[in-house]
Amino acid sequence: MADILAVARTQVLEQGIGLGQDQALDCLRLPDERVDDLLDLAHEVRLRWCGEEVEVEGIVSLKTGGCPEDCHFCSQSGVFDSPVRSAWLDIPSLVTAAQQTAATGATEFCIVAAVRGPDARLMAQVREGVRAIQEAVDINVACSLGLLTQEQVDELAGIGVHRYNHNLETARSYFDRVVTTHTFDERRETCEMVRQAGMQLCCGGIVGMGESLEQRAEFAVQLAELDPDEVPLNFLNPRPGTPFGELHPMGAVDALRTVATFRLVMPRTILRFAGGREITLGDLAERGVRGGVNAVIVGNYLTTLGRPADEDVRMLADLRMPIKALARNL
Amino acid sequence: MYCDRCGRAVVDGDHTACARARELEPPRYCALCRRRMVVQVTPTGWTARCAEHGERTG
Ligand code: SF4
Ligand SMILES: [Zn+2]
Ligand SMILES: [Zn+2]
Repeated sequence: MADILAVARTQVLEQGIGLGQDQALDCLRLPDERVDDLLDLAHEVRLRWCGEEVEVEGIVSLKTGGCPEDCHFCSQSGVFDSPVRSAWLDIPSLVTAAQQTAATGATEFCIVAAVRGPDARLMAQVREGVRAIQEAVDINVACSLGLLTQEQVDELAGIGVHRYNHNLETARSYFDRVVTTHTFDERRETCEMVRQAGMQLCCGGIVGMGESLEQRAEFAVQLAELDPDEVPLNFLNPRPGTPFGELHPMGAVDALRTVATFRLVMPRTILRFAGGREITLGDLAERGVRGGVNAVIVGNYLTTLGRPADEDVRMLADLRMPIKALARNL
Repeated sequence: MYCDRCGRAVVDGDHTACARARELEPPRYCALCRRRMVVQVTPTGWTARCAEHGERTG
């Protein structure tokens, strides 16, 4: 049988065709001593098909906690005994958060709400918040507000939301072990509406939730089928009180193997390090940015803290990786 | 006094892991009264408010 990295070099690096599910599984099964080769290839693929720039994003929680859904990894679900209480961010604080994000050199600012989908109150808050940011800050505004109706998709596109995040979270075959209050297909439908409305689609999920390697490969391919502009990859950060609160964080080498494999499945997407990076990878994050990743979330997350933005900006400078600049194509 | 991560009394058990976790988490419980606080994380900081004991920031 041909060596998977030799196959990937021809198929992905030279021809730009992402790996299929069985091929992805072969990568996820590579022994530790071949992980460096895998990461090096993923980095070459990223440079060839995406270029050398790294996209920097900041995120903020507009509405925290009290979500009626039961995603088993999430500290913001109101279904579990999590210590996270409900909170709303006011518009001036939202604008300040966008300004702080822009000051790091970031081009993306994502407004996130812990909801099944937006109600009229949240849509009004988003409308006002997006307008206030657009008036005061030079940054692309993205949103992540859960499942959408067609009207809501159209409205968000209409007010200039540039990218919408909605994750598949995990493989279809593992989804009902992670969420029972909505389905994989409901998530997928929102993703498809977002694309059709002309917004950029940001769609990823979380690894290290107890899924098998087969399911991890399945997940990568199911993401690729949606052809997302961006794939945020989170590593489970077990949250107290949630059903996954007692799981162990994924090992660093496994995390890197996963990152590189996702890159080989999706050669052209913006592959972003999202939550859980600090606890899973620590200083090895740098290896991930030389292993297929070309985007980072800087600063804090929604309910947990990240490392200070300037540390990441310095890391990119040390790696001589330019930060993507804002391109206004309105 | 209570652990601001897990809410148990500081003298009740070992909170070394809580202290380590707190490097990458805001506090969730008021250390004075163990009420759950309303916490807002922003890109560069956090605020945590206890209904009785006011606001902490970090
Ligand atoms: S829908 Fe979002 S906020 Fe709600 S429980 Fe699931 S992941 Fe958490
Ligand atoms: Zn504790
Ligand atoms: Zn108190």
